[in-house]
Amino acid sequence: MAADLRLPAPRKRSTDLPKEQGKHLVAPGDVITTDSGFMRGHGTYMDDEKLVASVAGVVERVNKLICVRPLKTRFNGEVGDVVVGRITEVQQKRWKVETNSRLDSVLLLSSVNLPGGELRRRSSEDELAMREYLQEGDLISAEVQSVFADGALSLHTRSLKYGKLGQGVLVQVSPSLIKRRKTHFHNLTCGASIILGNNGYVWIYPTPTEQNEEAGGFVTNTEPVPLSDREVISRLRNCILALSMHKMLLYDTSILYSYESAFHHQIKDILKPEIMEEIIEETRRRILEQEG
Amino acid sequence: MAGIELLSDQGYRVDGRKPNELRKIQARMGVFSQADGSAYIEQGNTKALAVVYGPHEIRGSRSKSQHDRAIINCQYSMATFSTGERKRRPHGDRKSSEMTLHLKQTFEAAILTQLYPRSQIDIYVQILQADGGNYSACVNAATLAVVDAGIPLRDYVCACSAGFVEDTPLVDLSHLEESAGGTQLSLAVLPKAEHLALIEMDSRLHQDHLESMMDAATQACKDLYAVLDRVVRDHLQEVTTSIGE
Repeated sequence: MAADLRLPAPRKRSTDLPKEQGKHLVAPGDVITTDSGFMRGHGTYMDDEKLVASVAGVVERVNKLICVRPLKTRFNGEVGDVVVGRITEVQQKRWKVETNSRLDSVLLLSSVNLPGGELRRRSSEDELAMREYLQEGDLISAEVQSVFADGALSLHTRSLKYGKLGQGVLVQVSPSLIKRRKTHFHNLTCGASIILGNNGYVWIYPTPTEQNEEAGGFVTNTEPVPLSDREVISRLRNCILALSMHKMLLYDTSILYSYESAFHHQIKDILKPEIMEEIIEETRRRILEQEG
Repeated sequence: MAGIELLSDQGYRVDGRKPNELRKIQARMGVFSQADGSAYIEQGNTKALAVVYGPHEIRGSRSKSQHDRAIINCQYSMATFSTGERKRRPHGDRKSSEMTLHLKQTFEAAILTQLYPRSQIDIYVQILQADGGNYSACVNAATLAVVDAGIPLRDYVCACSAGFVEDTPLVDLSHLEESAGGTQLSLAVLPKAEHLALIEMDSRLHQDHLESMMDAATQACKDLYAVLDRVVRDHLQEVTTSIGE
């Protein structure tokens, strides 16, 4: 068996990139302003007339509102966000879903599509059969329907694109690395599909052939996935890990570019630091070129 | 006091430091990708690792849940290889439990827990090498880890120890100075407002000396703050540069 060894090397600082000058960076306890004409937003607190930062990050001003956005946090859900989550508990008329949020999200029985169409009544039998649809440990994709007062999220899966996830690979990255786009479901040209959950959970799966309308998204395909698809999926996974390790934003273009830059490397080699750096360098260059 | 001379006639300590001088500090944030926040610190030969998870749903018994704030769960442990003599159990003994409690109190004073009702924040710290000032190294590492996790803090928490030898307060004691048996003061402060998060003193000290010792320790905490702040800002600069946008 071949083993890959490397000696400890000093961490490379990304000094070759242009320094970000225009941004106002603060650390906890820093006074942002002493002017009382501003409104206090997230990541700040008032300390006798002074507006003080409570997290380390970038100051954002919208008119009179001042917020500090930290570099890395738990997922702060907003209505309409696409999330990927894992069922942790089955309760009365609801499932608890772990979505990398500060409290577990809820998925109400009344906000899922049950087999048999839109207008089906939910009976007590459905309540008893909840575990047959989704049980502890299942992965789902869903959309945020509303946010409760304490910050917990209420999810819904009332569309055929949401529902239980079958065969595929989950990659967990920081939620701040997911770029907000119009769509978070992509059928990539390289032969796999991807769900970029706003909560930092990325699901990579083989592109489905046809949608089954009747099942309501609770029946998963357990046919073996061909080797070629599995290779594409694992290559994508390693590319996404590489992008997240170098703190690059994830969206369809960046993923596709990194996939193409990694194409002539072996899948397992992508995670080697020197090859990863090469791929990221190439991806960064192509993105800059495309942006002009 | 018998044995070694902790402060020479020239005013230098055993390891060559001046009385108000800290040991060399090296720190790094974001050492683990799995945790929400993590940090590593070296203060002289004392090395500590801190990991923060949360805020997240309360796991285990739900009765601990507070409806108006987050609960803070700490665990202090010492690696079995961290001391001169091999330790039998890394955590759960009386000394570790006490340290766990101190850490919890310290961070309850600093974290804005009321922003996260019904959730929990876990702080795990481990001493990898113990050479005095374990409590302060833990607090400093945990502060960096909490900042890394993006959890709102009133201010940094900086901790430092101080001793008192020959009418001179010594700051940031090493293991040798701690084990000589003099008075030891551990202080955790929020440096900007000079609020005390925790103060602990073992053995006796004349009342007149307390103030000078407190002043020395507070000043040392402020010096520490400058170092930690530098680390946070460098990290911030580096990450925002690579995210770009």
